[in-house]
Amino acid sequence: MSQIQHAVPDGPMRYTQICTRRTSCSSPPTSSSAAGTEPPSCPGHRGRTPRRKWQVFPGRNRFYCDGRVMMARQTGVFYLTLVLILLTSGLFFAFDCPYLASNLSPAIPAVGAVLFVFVMGMLFRASFSDPGVLPRATPDEAADLERQIDSTSCSKPPPRTREVLINGQTVKLKYCFTCKIFRPPRASHCSLCDNCVERFDHHCPWVGNCVGRRNYRFFYLFILSLSFLTIFIFSFVITHVVLRSNRTGFLTTLKDSPASILEVVVCFFSVWSIVGLSGFHTYLISSNQTTNEDIKGTWSRKEGKDNYNPYSYGNVLTNCCAALCGPLPPSLIDRRGPIQADTPQTAPQSNGTGGGSYAPTQLHSHMCDQDQCIQSTKFVLQAAATPLLHSDPVILPPLPAKPTSLGGPCAYLGPAQPTLPSCAGDVLTLRDVAVDSHCHHRLHLHHLHHHQHFVSPEETPCGTPQGALPCPAHMHLQHPAPQVRYDPVTQDSLHEDSVRGLVKLSSV
Amino acid sequence: VSSKFHNLQEMQHTASLVTKVFIQRDYSEGTVCRFQTKFPTELDNRIERALLEQTVKTLNSYYVEAEKVGGQSYLEGCLACATAYIVFLCMETRYEKVLKKISGYIQEQNEKIYAPRGLLLTDPIERGMRVLEISVFEDRGSSGSSPSSSMSSCSTAR
Repeated sequence: MSQIQHAVPDGPMRYTQICTRRTSCSSPPTSSSAAGTEPPSCPGHRGRTPRRKWQVFPGRNRFYCDGRVMMARQTGVFYLTLVLILLTSGLFFAFDCPYLASNLSPAIPAVGAVLFVFVMGMLFRASFSDPGVLPRATPDEAADLERQIDSTSCSKPPPRTREVLINGQTVKLKYCFTCKIFRPPRASHCSLCDNCVERFDHHCPWVGNCVGRRNYRFFYLFILSLSFLTIFIFSFVITHVVLRSNRTGFLTTLKDSPASILEVVVCFFSVWSIVGLSGFHTYLISSNQTTNEDIKGTWSRKEGKDNYNPYSYGNVLTNCCAALCGPLPPSLIDRRGPIQADTPQTAPQSNGTGGGSYAPTQLHSHMCDQDQCIQSTKFVLQAAATPLLHSDPVILPPLPAKPTSLGGPCAYLGPAQPTLPSCAGDVLTLRDVAVDSHCHHRLHLHHLHHHQHFVSPEETPCGTPQGALPCPAHMHLQHPAPQVRYDPVTQDSLHEDSVRGLVKLSSV
Repeated sequence: VSSKFHNLQEMQHTASLVTKVFIQRDYSEGTVCRFQTKFPTELDNRIERALLEQTVKTLNSYYVEAEKVGGQSYLEGCLACATAYIVFLCMETRYEKVLKKISGYIQEQNEKIYAPRGLLLTDPIERGMRVLEISVFEDRGSSGSSPSSSMSSCSTAR
């Protein structure tokens, strides 16, 4: 084990993103741990031990107001949305409403105000609430699942999917390597937030959050009310300008009320997209589909297959009511809950707490997680240097893999190096997964300078023999271990996932 | 069945945890929360099948009630929408009320049925509704292992 630690030139700083439990990951506290949570989650970093669960949340989210507000990491576009709405509405109320109230009716600003308040309320609800994040599996659960998966297959690669029959339709449940769970139906892993989200619709940068089970209705009401507000402002600004022009002439009107032009321009350009989006989501709600499913064509009629949406209630009205007025489930991540102290551990080789808390309680698990991080990274880096390999521990012949749009480093199929059960689990985290990866456009693999065998994806397309040699520096780390074998069918997903792991490293 | 543990706290602190058994979700009815009623083999000699099945079935029925899309949930949804969801600051949603009932039920089941058998159910909400976790504690029975050994194993674990 010490070999591995010395082999890594940089400190464990870079590995925090891959660890499932960041607090136990690094002994020198890291500044990169601040990515996504405030204040930093590593104890001792500022002399403050984390008291609430949000402070040690493993996803890439930002929390404000002591955990009450939860958003995605990139919030720039959200502020743009806010500015646009506030600016346009503010100008409307300041410049157009006085004229309209006195010349037409005072109901106009009143209705406008109600709409505006509703829009802002829905926007905040959609942006600040938990979209339905699934908390990651505790180490005991993950180990139990691994045992189940490995025990079901002896000579084939362990299946990382489960099939379930829902309403007569076969649905595949995929195993999420980051969260170490089999994703429920309709859940998806958001790579931007690094969380599995229930009934994942999409990640909306305008709202600065994922849109999932718990905030879909707020998102829909937001875009619907925003369409009404945009059309309202647009039409009444035009009315104002027309009425005024009739009295004083067009140019004088523009001079008296210059803001109107800006409002008209903003509204004109936004109305198409927002109204279009509202229409699209109305269609989705009425057919009880998510954006994710619609884009992938999961339930579209396929030739020769009787494909239908098993979640639809069959009737448009019921679907709408269920989506908008159905029960609102509570947040599963309990972000403001206190971090539990020690809870009972499983007697043999316990690794950390089982109580759903993330605080490090044992030096044992502390070391193990650090090793996991280092090992995980080692395998990722080896994946970068080597093409798809069989699970032979010594010399690994290159295998041709399917060319994918990602190119670059292929998944590495080395043996696991478990000293403790969760080590194997974490190493596997980086290997094979069928993840809904959106990260292929964010490959910065050439940034990983601490492993000289690393090449950028453009230089070494997957499957070519030239980048094939396994890194000799790491060969001595291959210990004989329980075989972990993979289905050739999942090569792409292996590839994707190793790339994903690398992306995480590089984004630190 | 002798009552080896006087209360749950005593069991948690003095007994050593042998293993954890996880009852996974059953997705055959869709995304509604439902746990598998298949009896885990590890508990064969610890508890009667019927008892565990009954517990799981009752829990499933509670979850169905919580997630039921019907008259009351529509009313609640419309009212909440009309008040821009501010009403939820003062009122508890139906789902939360049912979850409270569930945790009360689990507490009661633990005290009456599971703790005497050296088992402990964990409320699924604490595991993100992924699993129903059953902690299996060391079956003292007639072995009468001393508390000091279990305490030392707990302290080294820490």
